[in-house]
Amino acid sequence: MLETLENKNNCCSPPKQQEDFGPLQILPMYTPPKEEDEVCCGPKPAPPSSPYERPGYEVCSFVEGFINTARGPVPRIKTNLDGSDHLGSLMVRLGINRNNYKVAPGLYALGTPNAGSNVLVTANYKLSFDTLRQELTGIDAWILVLDTRGVNVWCAAGKKTFSSGEVIRQVKQNHLDQVVSHRTLILPQLSATGVSALEVKRGSGFEVIWGPIQAGDIKPFLEADLKAEKKMRQVTFGFRERLVLTPVEVTLLLKYLLWVIPLLFILSGIGPQLFSLTDLWHRGLAAASAVLLGILSGSILTPVLLPWVPFRAFSAKGAVTGLMTGLCLISLFFRTVVLLPALALMLLIMAVSSYLAMNFTGCTPYTSPSGVEKEMRKAIPLQTASALLGLIFWVVSAFIGPMN
Amino acid sequence: MRYLSNVTTLTLDGSRCVGCGSCTLVCPHGVYALNGKKTQIVDRDGCMECGACQTNCPTGAISLTPGVGCASYIIKSWTKGKNKASCGPSLCC
Repeated sequence: MLETLENKNNCCSPPKQQEDFGPLQILPMYTPPKEEDEVCCGPKPAPPSSPYERPGYEVCSFVEGFINTARGPVPRIKTNLDGSDHLGSLMVRLGINRNNYKVAPGLYALGTPNAGSNVLVTANYKLSFDTLRQELTGIDAWILVLDTRGVNVWCAAGKKTFSSGEVIRQVKQNHLDQVVSHRTLILPQLSATGVSALEVKRGSGFEVIWGPIQAGDIKPFLEADLKAEKKMRQVTFGFRERLVLTPVEVTLLLKYLLWVIPLLFILSGIGPQLFSLTDLWHRGLAAASAVLLGILSGSILTPVLLPWVPFRAFSAKGAVTGLMTGLCLISLFFRTVVLLPALALMLLIMAVSSYLAMNFTGCTPYTSPSGVEKEMRKAIPLQTASALLGLIFWVVSAFIGPMN
Repeated sequence: MRYLSNVTTLTLDGSRCVGCGSCTLVCPHGVYALNGKKTQIVDRDGCMECGACQTNCPTGAISLTPGVGCASYIIKSWTKGKNKASCGPSLCC
């Protein structure tokens, strides 16, 4: 089992060879000779296999060739993303294949690095890897990819898979001391949660230099002799950064909706005639809309409008956006103000929105666990009460009078 | 963007600080600044308890309870116990 896993992890890295290759030398990718047009049945066959492929291994699409080092060939990676990279990123953002989106750990080359080139260390989450190589167009450097189990830098550092031990292990396994003549590694600043510079120095002999937080700042950082400006060291959470996180939030909820929505429809059918199919449909539609609006306000509106929604506690922010969308729903469904059903839906929307907004704390780079726990202890009882009261009022309102 | 005030477990023991500046480099929220040969907490409420400063302080002058500020993780640690809780695969990490 262990062996199979090992093979799987290394599927994209070239086989290690032990001979000394001498000075650096670039090995071009194999280009097959041009075939003459042939008339043949069926579609054209696929191009011949690359000479770098080995049984059980496959050359990844982001590899453009190999560079020979003192420790064998190292894959040279492209700095431009192709269609499959973009498609992969899109899927991951939508929550598809998100927990298995990784590249093989090990040493990679960017451009034409030599023994004096910088070594940048990163996680093996392919989204992180792609961002890094794209930002480094035109730079000659080594990229040391750690085995963070396909998790991004910060989360991996928090989980301690991006750790001092893993940095030391990869430095040794890839014989970095023989590939480069210097003894420094550039680590992303956000990995400092899991990596102690002192331990890395003791364990590998390499000194850690903390690089900037954003991959986009690496070029200016390298140009400034490995000095990061203050703003490069401070984490941001801008509109775009928040926006890209929202689709995953919603797709993760789909599995709950599969039973919540039918349940709401059934609940809405209960009334003075015991059970009414007309009510099931009409009232069910209103109740389902309430839950969907709760999701919209808690998982999309709150994250996107985060700095503009009042209050600091996320649960309170969610309640505010829930109140806003709730008012819209009520004005849509109720031609005259009917207190009880309107209140019921409002309570439901606010509970759902507040809870989901609170869960968004995990995606932000500025909420402290002590703070989150503090707000949760207050918010969870309120959210539960609000949801239960909402459901009770909703059922009761069916007995009191018609919706309109 | 600011989160709740007066919640962090962060403490700095000035007598053990050697002023190496590691904490000022690794903190993603500018909580520290070097003041002569000692570090100083300049923005305590900016702290998100990630623990990078503690991990990289050579003299153990910084102490805090590090963790992830993630509600879904905290719920799991309440229901399943600290060791079994993980914030993935649901939510961000």
